[in-house]
Amino acid sequence: MAEITLKSLAHTYLADPTSSEDYAIREMDHVWHQGGAYALLGPSGCGKSTLLNIISGLLEPSSGEVLFDGELVNDMPPEARNIAQVFQFPVVYDTMTVYDNLAFPLRNVKTPEARVHERVMEVADVLELTAQLKRKAKNLTADEKQKVSMGRGLVRDDVAAILFDEPLTVIDPQLKWKLRRKLKEIHQRFGVTMIYVTHDQLEASTFADKIAVMYEGQIVQFGTPRELFEEPRHTFVGYFIGSPGMNFLDVVMSDGRVMSGDAELVVGQHICDAVAHADSSNIKLGIRPEFIEVHPEPIEGGMEARVDYAQDLGTFSIVHLMLGNVVLKARIAEDQATPSSKAWLRFPDDRLGLYIDEYRVESGHE
Amino acid sequence: MNKVYNNRAWWLILPMLLLVAFTAIIPLMTVVNYSVQDVFDAHTRFFTGTEWFKQMLNDPALQAALVRQFAFSLTVLAIEVPLGIGIALIMPKKGWQASAMLILVTMPLLIPWNVVGSIWQIFTRGDIGLMGWGLRELGYGYNITANPVDAWATIILMDVWHWTPLIALLCFSGLRSIPDAYYQAARIDRASKWAIFRHIQLPKLTNVLVIGVLLRFMYSFKIYAEPFVLTGGGPGSSTTFLSQSLTTMAIGQQDLGPSAAFSLIYFLIILLVCWVFYTAIMNMQKDDKNKEG
Repeated sequence: MAEITLKSLAHTYLADPTSSEDYAIREMDHVWHQGGAYALLGPSGCGKSTLLNIISGLLEPSSGEVLFDGELVNDMPPEARNIAQVFQFPVVYDTMTVYDNLAFPLRNVKTPEARVHERVMEVADVLELTAQLKRKAKNLTADEKQKVSMGRGLVRDDVAAILFDEPLTVIDPQLKWKLRRKLKEIHQRFGVTMIYVTHDQLEASTFADKIAVMYEGQIVQFGTPRELFEEPRHTFVGYFIGSPGMNFLDVVMSDGRVMSGDAELVVGQHICDAVAHADSSNIKLGIRPEFIEVHPEPIEGGMEARVDYAQDLGTFSIVHLMLGNVVLKARIAEDQATPSSKAWLRFPDDRLGLYIDEYRVESGHE
Repeated sequence: MNKVYNNRAWWLILPMLLLVAFTAIIPLMTVVNYSVQDVFDAHTRFFTGTEWFKQMLNDPALQAALVRQFAFSLTVLAIEVPLGIGIALIMPKKGWQASAMLILVTMPLLIPWNVVGSIWQIFTRGDIGLMGWGLRELGYGYNITANPVDAWATIILMDVWHWTPLIALLCFSGLRSIPDAYYQAARIDRASKWAIFRHIQLPKLTNVLVIGVLLRFMYSFKIYAEPFVLTGGGPGSSTTFLSQSLTTMAIGQQDLGPSAAFSLIYFLIILLVCWVFYTAIMNMQKDDKNKEG
């Protein structure tokens, strides 16, 4: 069990990187606390697996330090780090039985056979593999194999951390849900640090207490699922989390008014001030579809928008709106009236985020 | 999917049947034909039944050749398979070294059988051969024409030199096809080098090794040109293997009936050994029926 610290860590697969785009991991500092359930969330190719492999020691970082409980482990191979990792595609030792597969990591360090048996039976029970213990791993189905792979990670109870690299990719949805619950259960039972890589926000938020969102080789935000939803620190987090993603409007100041495209936005004074004083020309206002107020009748301070179309998704509907020439999506509850051709919108000030150069800035009222 | 049952579909296998008939069955049947008859000339022949087979199986010279043949095949397999795996394991994995090594390793495979025999014949000569001369200079009275042990050792060495590359190449390709994730998982599981070999590499090599062992068994069991050129089957008959005995009988003595019977026995032995070996390996990979829960 350990606290894992990454200090000015960076990694590139190229021999002589020239720009920051050449880096799979851009310089970062991060701490994974002992006993946490973490998710590392991001699109394909953002460096999630690279980061995981650096933590486990399969990959040596180009620069920076990896510390386990304050001890530098850069030069330690994975064997010496005492860390478990489960890969995206099942890896089983074909000729061994399921039992021997699960026992393998323990037998490799000469654990007494009685202890091996105890652990294997416990893990097999949790993963519902008890009935398959005597079968050869070669003849299992893909999801049984993946359960065996996961079991080999879980069987060691003294590991610094267990890393999961999109472990449920090959598993069908129903079992996926169940296994995720199992992992959570195991986490609560054994209190071991777990880092779970995924590109699925639902998977991340059901598993993890805190999620690190990665984008272009950087962790752009680290927070609880709620924080990521309510206050994305980066426009990417806004896009990536939530369904549909956050609305972002490019804004400019023109004659003392906040304009987006050809529409004037009705926003609080502090936002006007912040936009007016921004140094950059890359200014965006972000608002979640859930937080846009949509009224079928004209209201005080409402912005008139045209309703393009609405998608009824059962418990809610997504309304596509045109505010001037800007496209917006709003999510409205089922019981709320869906406007048919015109709607009047309001952006609640406390739900509106101001983003300068893609990063959120505090706009004063908080 | 709806299956249509129509027995006329059997006609579709006719082309394949004809092809196999002309390439394998008809030639083989002519041998069967000779093996059960005593043929004097185009018009005179007698049906002999199993007489030739009995005669062949009871021939002490052939029995001795058969024993030698098995001893030879098993010896070369026992050396070439582990050696081939070992070479494959230490071969460079990428870069120009890998290509250079592959070419180097493949070289002996490209040399025709009787050329291999000639090369070694010259190589082992006591007067001008590097190996023969060298061993004599070191004080060992090396002589393959007089000493059966020397002859045997040389033939085995020659076969190992000629054919270990085949096993090495097969294993090299087998090893290359193991995904990195297996090695990574093994490192995470803290497996030793031996455990990695035993539980990852060897199991993944099973299929190529089955092919390798079958090919090597068949080829070594049929070996002819190399010992024929190198030792001529001697000294005495100490290195006379089955195919050489057969050739002497069929071509030298024109004993077509016995030769045909002998050929069939020869063929059936190879078929039987291959079948037993293959079935045994394939059974090893199945779940133990008694244990399955």
